Amino acid sequence: MPATTRGGLAGALLPFLAGLARFMGMTAVTLLGLLAVTFIIGRVVPIDPVIAIVGDRAPPQVYDRVRRELGLDLPLAEQFWVYLKRAVTGDFGTSVLTSNQVISDIARVFPATLELATLGTLIGTLIGVPLGVLAAVRRGGWIDQIVRVVGLVGYSVPIFWLGLMSLLLFYAKLGWVEGPGRIDVSYSYLYTETTGLVLLDTAMQGQWDAFRNALGHIALPAGLLGYFSLAYISRMTRSFMLNELQQEYVTAARVKGLSEARVIWRHALRNAAVPLVTVIALSYAGLLEGSVLTETVFAWPGLGQYITNSLQNADMNAVLGGTLVIGAIFVGLNLMSDLLYRLLDPRTR
Amino acid sequence: MSTPLSAPAPTWREWLLSPTPESRTQARLGRAYLGWRAFARNPLAVVGLVIVFLLILVAIFADLLAPFSPVAGGDLRTQRLLPPSWTNLFGTDDQARDILSRLLHGSRITLFVVALVSIIATPIGLLVGTVAGYLGGWVDAVLMRLTDIFLAFPRLILALAFVAALGPGIENAVIAIAITSWPPYARIARAETLTIRNSDFIAAVRLQGASTARIIWKHVVPLCLSSVIVRVTLDMAGIILTAAGLGFLGLGAQPPTPEWGAMVATGRNYLIDYWWVATVPGLAICIVSLGFNLLGDGLRDVLDPKAAR
Repeated sequence: MPATTRGGLAGALLPFLAGLARFMGMTAVTLLGLLAVTFIIGRVVPIDPVIAIVGDRAPPQVYDRVRRELGLDLPLAEQFWVYLKRAVTGDFGTSVLTSNQVISDIARVFPATLELATLGTLIGTLIGVPLGVLAAVRRGGWIDQIVRVVGLVGYSVPIFWLGLMSLLLFYAKLGWVEGPGRIDVSYSYLYTETTGLVLLDTAMQGQWDAFRNALGHIALPAGLLGYFSLAYISRMTRSFMLNELQQEYVTAARVKGLSEARVIWRHALRNAAVPLVTVIALSYAGLLEGSVLTETVFAWPGLGQYITNSLQNADMNAVLGGTLVIGAIFVGLNLMSDLLYRLLDPRTR
Repeated sequence: MSTPLSAPAPTWREWLLSPTPESRTQARLGRAYLGWRAFARNPLAVVGLVIVFLLILVAIFADLLAPFSPVAGGDLRTQRLLPPSWTNLFGTDDQARDILSRLLHGSRITLFVVALVSIIATPIGLLVGTVAGYLGGWVDAVLMRLTDIFLAFPRLILALAFVAALGPGIENAVIAIAITSWPPYARIARAETLTIRNSDFIAAVRLQGASTARIIWKHVVPLCLSSVIVRVTLDMAGIILTAAGLGFLGLGAQPPTPEWGAMVATGRNYLIDYWWVATVPGLAICIVSLGFNLLGDGLRDVLDPKAAR
């Protein structure tokens, strides 16, 4: 690293910016690749989109006209170019099922998924990080065993099955939570949708009964996603902390006479926090994926359910649009965690 | 203590642990034995191995073990949704079929999916990773970009999109899962290749005139194999869960195939009154993926000491 010898702000900033620019370039290529993959999937699909529109008894001239209108008579490269131009402006075509623009459908259902995944990640982080730290500090102790078991179960249990079992127990048998869906119909007229996040909307409008009802609905699916997030985050926190606690600066801090709590929570955790940011971002992205199955189980009207519904109705525009949006969010989260990494860790500058 | 004049014939263990093996086979078996001893010291790993072994046995002997047919049901009027009893250990489903028999036959599908995905995805990952790592330059850049693109998609979503394009069915689910599984293997194989690439023995082979293909296939791939295999084993639980998820969504195995995920989906409709229909196949998925996870953890500790924590 010749840049480190230069010193000064410019010396520190230049390689940072150069690295950033390279990473942005790579991200752009990845996004282009995502588009290429969805384009190819859309083309190898055995369902003929023309027949899907005109039906299989249409006369050949109608078939040809629709084919031309859809741009399917153009060479593949040209079709991809058109696809690219449209995708950049957010035009993924029309959904056959809802006959809306796919992008507006997605905008409508996305807040539900966002609410669920955010709450899940919050639960996973707030419980998982302290649990992982304690497991690392008392290695082999009972908290460590809990983290081990929680992790193993999290990696081995199908999320959709655990969802069904928790519905059976907490909703049907114990009645502690509300059932599937986001909110009871009787409460859904008490507030107007502004952000699309039910908890936020009801709270802002002071509809506390509706808020409590919505909380009862989201508790189970968010808790479930939170569990899987917790399993991953606590395991990773434990391994990062074990790594940090072996470093010499920890010994130095102890020798200096700092309290053990300060050594662990202020010194070691702060350094472990840097890779943890990436882990939390990854787990957030993972929950978006987990939401496909969770939303099906809990009849949660989000992006996951939208994709599976469209899939079962051979609505390819909607499926590919949804796939693309989730892929783009993945890439975006990666980009963000990388940025944070660079900001938080002075060694990367 | 006097030493005997003639050394006694070595026991098996002594032969295996001999510090001066007389043949390659002896050395290899010795290594394998040491590996096994390290593996067997971890009781959880042995439990995992037993579970996987049992799964294979059940899959082979499903015909003999299953008391009833997995697809043909009994009398729809009297034998539907029966609770667990001595005749139907896990009860019957909505088509009056014995759940235990379906479960036993379903093990074949689980094993089929895991085996086929590993057989398809491992060579792809190995090939892409070793070629990228060994050749470097623009080949590396292109192949790694491709890998990143596939890594950028969440696995289940990409598999969903592929199944949507190819049509539902167990074979297409296998292809879709395989297509989404290879990128991590390529990453690992590339990382290993980068550490081997500049070693002296590779230079020696190259000087002897070996072709690039021969170097990669004969000298690089074998050295990458163990870490890739560890990763594949650790992935198997994930493969099972993805396949079950596709089955649950109705995109994997089609009825009346006794696929465990699809069986949970059926049970979903009768969840509250007939809990066993969904519970039992889900438990089977849990146990099997737990087995693969434990086995993978154990293998990692033995084969990849760097990663062990």
